[in-house]
Amino acid sequence: MEFDTIAAISTPLGEGAIAIVRISGANALPIANKIFRSPNQKDLLNQASHTIHYGHLVDPKTNEVVEEVMLSLMKGPKTFTREDVIEINCHGGLVSVNRVLQLILINGARLAEPGEFTKRAFLNGRIDLSQAEAVMDLIRAKTDKAMNVALGQMDGRLSRLIKTLRQALLETLAQVEVNIDYPEYDDVEEMTLPLMIDKCTWVRDEIDKLLITSSQGKILREGLSTAIIGRPNVGKSSLLNSLIQENKAIVTDIAGTTRDIIEEYVNVRGVPLKLVDTAGIRETEDIVERIGVEKSRQVLKEADLLLLVLNNAEQLTEEDLRLFEAIEGMDCIIIINKTDLPTAIDMDEVNRLAGDKRIVTTSLLQEEGVDELEEAIASLFFEGSIEASDLTYVSNARHISLLHLAKATVTDAIEAAHNEVPVDMIQIDVTRTWEILGEIVGDTVEESLIDQLFAQFCLGK
Amino acid sequence: MPNFEAGKFDVIVVGAGHAGVEAALAAAKMGAKTLVLTINLDMIAFMPCNPSIGGPAKGIVVREIDALGGAMGKVIDKTHIQMRMLNTGKGPAVRALRAQADKVLYQNEMKRLLEEQENLTIHQAVVEELLVEDEKVVGLITQVGAVYRAETVVITTGTFLRGEIIIGDLKYSSGPNNQQPSIKLADSIRNLGFDLVRFKTGTPPRVNSKTVDYSKTEIQPGDDVPRAFSFETTEFIMDQLPCWLTYTSEKTHQIINDNLHLSPMYSGMIKGTGPRYCPSIEDKVVRFSDKPRHQIFLEPEGRNTREVYVQGLSTSLPEHVQRQLIASVPGLEKAEMMRAGYAIEYDAMVPTQLWPTLETKKIKNLYTAGQINGTSGYEEAAGQGLMAGINAALRVLKKEEKVLSRSDAYIGVLIDDLVTKGTNEPYRLLTSRAEYRLLLRHDNADLRLLEMGYTIGLVSQERYDKFVAKKKRVEDELVRLRTLFIKPNETTQELIRSVEGSELKDGIRAADLLKRTEMHYDLVAELAPSEVELSLEEKEQVEIQVKYEGYIEKSLQQVEKLKKMEDKKIPDQLDYDAISGIATEAKQKLKQVRPLSIAQASRISGVNPADISILLIYIEQGKIAKITG
Repeated sequence: MEFDTIAAISTPLGEGAIAIVRISGANALPIANKIFRSPNQKDLLNQASHTIHYGHLVDPKTNEVVEEVMLSLMKGPKTFTREDVIEINCHGGLVSVNRVLQLILINGARLAEPGEFTKRAFLNGRIDLSQAEAVMDLIRAKTDKAMNVALGQMDGRLSRLIKTLRQALLETLAQVEVNIDYPEYDDVEEMTLPLMIDKCTWVRDEIDKLLITSSQGKILREGLSTAIIGRPNVGKSSLLNSLIQENKAIVTDIAGTTRDIIEEYVNVRGVPLKLVDTAGIRETEDIVERIGVEKSRQVLKEADLLLLVLNNAEQLTEEDLRLFEAIEGMDCIIIINKTDLPTAIDMDEVNRLAGDKRIVTTSLLQEEGVDELEEAIASLFFEGSIEASDLTYVSNARHISLLHLAKATVTDAIEAAHNEVPVDMIQIDVTRTWEILGEIVGDTVEESLIDQLFAQFCLGK
Repeated sequence: MPNFEAGKFDVIVVGAGHAGVEAALAAAKMGAKTLVLTINLDMIAFMPCNPSIGGPAKGIVVREIDALGGAMGKVIDKTHIQMRMLNTGKGPAVRALRAQADKVLYQNEMKRLLEEQENLTIHQAVVEELLVEDEKVVGLITQVGAVYRAETVVITTGTFLRGEIIIGDLKYSSGPNNQQPSIKLADSIRNLGFDLVRFKTGTPPRVNSKTVDYSKTEIQPGDDVPRAFSFETTEFIMDQLPCWLTYTSEKTHQIINDNLHLSPMYSGMIKGTGPRYCPSIEDKVVRFSDKPRHQIFLEPEGRNTREVYVQGLSTSLPEHVQRQLIASVPGLEKAEMMRAGYAIEYDAMVPTQLWPTLETKKIKNLYTAGQINGTSGYEEAAGQGLMAGINAALRVLKKEEKVLSRSDAYIGVLIDDLVTKGTNEPYRLLTSRAEYRLLLRHDNADLRLLEMGYTIGLVSQERYDKFVAKKKRVEDELVRLRTLFIKPNETTQELIRSVEGSELKDGIRAADLLKRTEMHYDLVAELAPSEVELSLEEKEQVEIQVKYEGYIEKSLQQVEKLKKMEDKKIPDQLDYDAISGIATEAKQKLKQVRPLSIAQASRISGVNPADISILLIYIEQGKIAKITG
């Protein structure tokens, strides 16, 4: 069987020092060859099967070096999928793995669906009959979960923006269709090439804006931006250290911002967290004290997730109450720390203040309750109650590669319009753009164009 | 009344509307002994609504019918009063012909064709019951007790099945234009276990041309160049009649708003689902209340009649309101209404009960085509009729059935949509329904379909030979232009300057020069004369294939992908319940539609890609089981 070429990260995210990105399909070698540079200028297409190569991945457009890698080259059929397979070993951090995957996707592979490598292995006759049922279950389970996660995590703002773009394209399409199917109706404005260029350029610019934020790392690289807050001496640093120790933090240095911020990335049960301004926490122990309530409220607003730490052994203070005010309406987990000491805190009051926010009790000193906290973070994330301020991690790679595709097709449309290609042909690219954007928001209603046609225009004999 | 044996046939076609005539002619031409039964012989190929054939998408269907050896194109070429090419300012894929018909001439011409066709018997009769044995149709019985035996039966009953005409609060049992309806046949079909739905359509009033003040309207003439639907037409009608354009007035809208309570659409009297693209004037005024006026086209119904079709004024309001409406339209103030507009409700089959051959899944050798399958439009009916007739005849001849794919023809898109997705309103073809519309053009209908028409015996050897020669000339010319180099000499540069193109810096292949926006075949041919003189049609074909090569290539790649999925066949008796992992909704849909290929399955709404993956694996698993087991 013949399939297109797919790619995905094959190792658990953020865990381990090395990660593997796998490419499978007829174009696996050409794609890898496009982005791989070895010190002695090897041409991967001429290399023997089942060999390993050292080199750098380079963005062919900018010649910028993306990653230092080891690349395994395996030609079908003696591979897992029985297709040509490339496996790229790179540094295990979220950032590097994602940049590698992005590079591969932009250069011609499609992000693999859940279970797709296994599916291919089966369809290409690699896996025997007894394993077939298991593969089906896997696809069903993973797809459902991925769907839920994708839908739940989808940022409201992004999905609204994509929907606006799609609606604009749909109206353009409907107008072209109506010009074609009802050429004599005079109340419909003719979709001219300049109009088409205007609309498409606007859409391309909007997609561009999204892609720029992604290349700055806002969309792709960041996990959930997470702030730990609380009065001095309630255990914020212990919490931070405990999350880092448990989860092998990745320390990243992001240059180019006004000052160099050390950010800690941790992966909590598959949820990537970016612990924001942790340096601040370490230095002053109190973000609120340091920058004032108003300012801290602003900082807090930029976070996707707050961890509010309270001291079990002390009564609630004015400051605690102000913190409760500050977290109003945000995604927050309340942590009652120091349960190893006698309880002085008024739990009824905490329950009242917390409302429907989850409360976790811990003794960080005795390493108790951390599991429960991690579970709380994961469930918040996977049940979709966190609305991240940009795209969340899990579906990012897919979204970005789709955005690149959408940009390419809408650019084709604009170029064609400049070359005075008839509007109804340019329509082919506009329709494709609309479909691709639809894949991002999971909207593939086929009838919507025809519905739009008859809702927008008064047609008929 | 006692029954009597009235004859034995290979194919019986019930109904002689636009679907019925194509089915009957095709079956008879292919050599099947065919009988066509109609309620009224004077109504063969009658146009109960607008006197027009073609238009975007539909016009291309007529070309496809012609390329396959059907009749519609040839008959309208002989009987039109006006013809226009639409969308000439747009790309080649959406150009379409539309003709205004002389209704009576069209009917007479079609009737004569049927009468002269060998192997074809025509008879006036009301069919009441289908005879079925072992889930296989074996014949039928008419109102007078005549029993006809047949190997296959094609039902094309249009809006006759339990038809009911509605005007205001008047409702009576009737076929279109006060024809006798077909009631018992509807019961017979229902009793066989088929699901029927109730659809609605309508038609506007007609006025007497003598009483129209055309000075208040705008003239809409036909094209002044020869046009034809059929690839074989050589005589063109240049003496054309114009149509006329006027508009509704504020008063028209006032009358409608004042009388809405009398409209059966709003009183709840009409329960059938009407088409969105064919709304009544009541609907237009209510739904688009901010629109100050709507277009009204006045279309003559023929050369030998004064009757004029008032396009845009479709209504089921009571007749006294219709009279006021007409008088409120500029130019029609004194117009005499000859017939009132009306709505008609009728029974239609749920089309997912059909195979892509238009044979019913439930009853073998029984086919349905046209409006009974939930479509609207003469062209949609004719396309289905032709395919049903072809397949019924192929069954009799024990040959492999023919199905057009979505990349072959608009007819393929139409039938696939019907049998795969069904429809919840009368279905009309639109160019946007075709995902490969760049390939489904007016100009290349013969290149797409004539070969098939020839193979099944509907296209004569003579016509086929001509076609093969044309195809070769086009292909040779394409090769020539793609290889020939044009030098940047003074002759070349001067010609390029004359059309305001930018001069050549280097030599260029003739095909690449032709790709430039300002270039045309004749210009390029001046620089690179062909030894063979090409016809206008052939030149156009060459130019389109060169100019839009990139887009055509893109579409062809998509078609390749589709073909791969179409080649993955799903066994007919697949037990979907036994497949774990397919979602419940998808299972229900799959069980209902019983798709024949993975491609078809993936087009069913409610079946998602994960279900398709699982289905694929299951089918592959079956193959492996066979090999290893």
